[in-house]
Amino acid sequence: MFPFCFEWVWDIGHAIFFGGFWYAISILGAGMTFCILKAAYDTMNDSGDSHH
Amino acid sequence: MDSALIPEGAKRCSFPKFTIGIAIVGAVLLWGVFAMFLCWFKGLNQTNMNDYYGFALWIWADLAVIAVGGGAFFTGLLRYIFKIDELKNIINFAVIIGFICYSSALLILAIDIGQPLRGWFIFWHANVHSMLTEVAFCLSAYFAVLTIEFIPNILENRQVNKVPFFHHLAHNMHGVMAVFAATGAFLSFFHQGSLGGVAGVMYGRPFAVREGLLIWPWTFFLFTWSAAAFGPCFTLLVTRITEAVTGKKLVKDNVIHLLAKISGWMIVTYIIAKIIDTIYWAMVTAPSLGFTLSHFYSNNGFYGYWILIAEIVVCGIVPGVLLVMKSTRENPTLRLVAIILGTIGVCLNRWVMVLQIMAVPVMSFDTWALYFPSWQEIATTILPVAYGIILIAVAYRYLPVFPQEQELNPVEPVTE
Repeated sequence: MFPFCFEWVWDIGHAIFFGGFWYAISILGAGMTFCILKAAYDTMNDSGDSHH
Repeated sequence: MDSALIPEGAKRCSFPKFTIGIAIVGAVLLWGVFAMFLCWFKGLNQTNMNDYYGFALWIWADLAVIAVGGGAFFTGLLRYIFKIDELKNIINFAVIIGFICYSSALLILAIDIGQPLRGWFIFWHANVHSMLTEVAFCLSAYFAVLTIEFIPNILENRQVNKVPFFHHLAHNMHGVMAVFAATGAFLSFFHQGSLGGVAGVMYGRPFAVREGLLIWPWTFFLFTWSAAAFGPCFTLLVTRITEAVTGKKLVKDNVIHLLAKISGWMIVTYIIAKIIDTIYWAMVTAPSLGFTLSHFYSNNGFYGYWILIAEIVVCGIVPGVLLVMKSTRENPTLRLVAIILGTIGVCLNRWVMVLQIMAVPVMSFDTWALYFPSWQEIATTILPVAYGIILIAVAYRYLPVFPQEQELNPVEPVTE
């Protein structure tokens, strides 16, 4: 799973599998981090104009 | 008793009535949980799996719920990427159904591996030459996407939404939902496909093996396509069942007709591809491996040509045509028939691609291996159904799942 795991090999299989996996996980993590930080910011500033 | 939690302007049954309903379904759930613990504590000898059936009823259920749960990714793709605005009125429910389907699939896998405490091995010690590793990665990541898509709906609960942070969080998550939906579509394409790919690359099983494109057998594309085609059918079916149980119209007809129409065209295009694939397999692939078509559908007490006709004609062509034609699509009874047939069709396809594959004799000295699951397998397969009913009931009661509900069911003011 990580390059420091003993069975890790720097080959195309690991690059595609884990590249895709970490790419997707990173997008989800970054998206959620943005939402949480912005929600905290909005709460502190309490703009009160958020409607959905 | 719980009226403060119920969406404003919405009418729900009394709390005792709700509790009784949950208790009845909960009893079925507990039966499944009991069987699940038997499998975990006593082992997989609780099942009727054997050397022929390493993939048993569970894996069929797993593939079936993933296929019908495809309505979530496809509806999300249409709503957030293709900007089909009408679908905003059913997307919440599609996400909940997807969440139930994928959490059920993961639960089934947790039972199936026998040692759930070692479930993380597939990530840590990944076999990068296995399509099932790709499935495990994408399935887990897509379940995270569905959870993220479900969270704003939970945060819109009447009481939760009063907390400013949660209110803003729900708003912000809606704002970037297109990114999550696109990620979900990417992940779904690969895990739906790879589930089909697993069957297509089994060159030791002439019933399953297919030619393909590069490393992907045609079954890879057919599985993704069928999930996108039939998934919305299941979303429409569960919506119809929810409307029948609640006695309310929850989604406007134009939304239902639109999703049914999209599903219909997807089914028609899928079934054309499926027919071409089947003919090529029957005329070229199987004979090149020394088998005739009749070998796969005769000399046994269950699998006959009927299953091929049922899957492709009755549960493929018929629902496709019914949903494509405006007159039949807008007829509630015929539309219901179509979405039921469509849902059965995709489940039947997964049955064939999981269980019939295992049953067909391969060696000249083999015989058909028919299999019947143990009660523990049946109970753990029914478990996700009970869980799904409970989650839908709770979500419907406490969350604003259907944006058009109040407009379609105005609550008359009480006059005394």
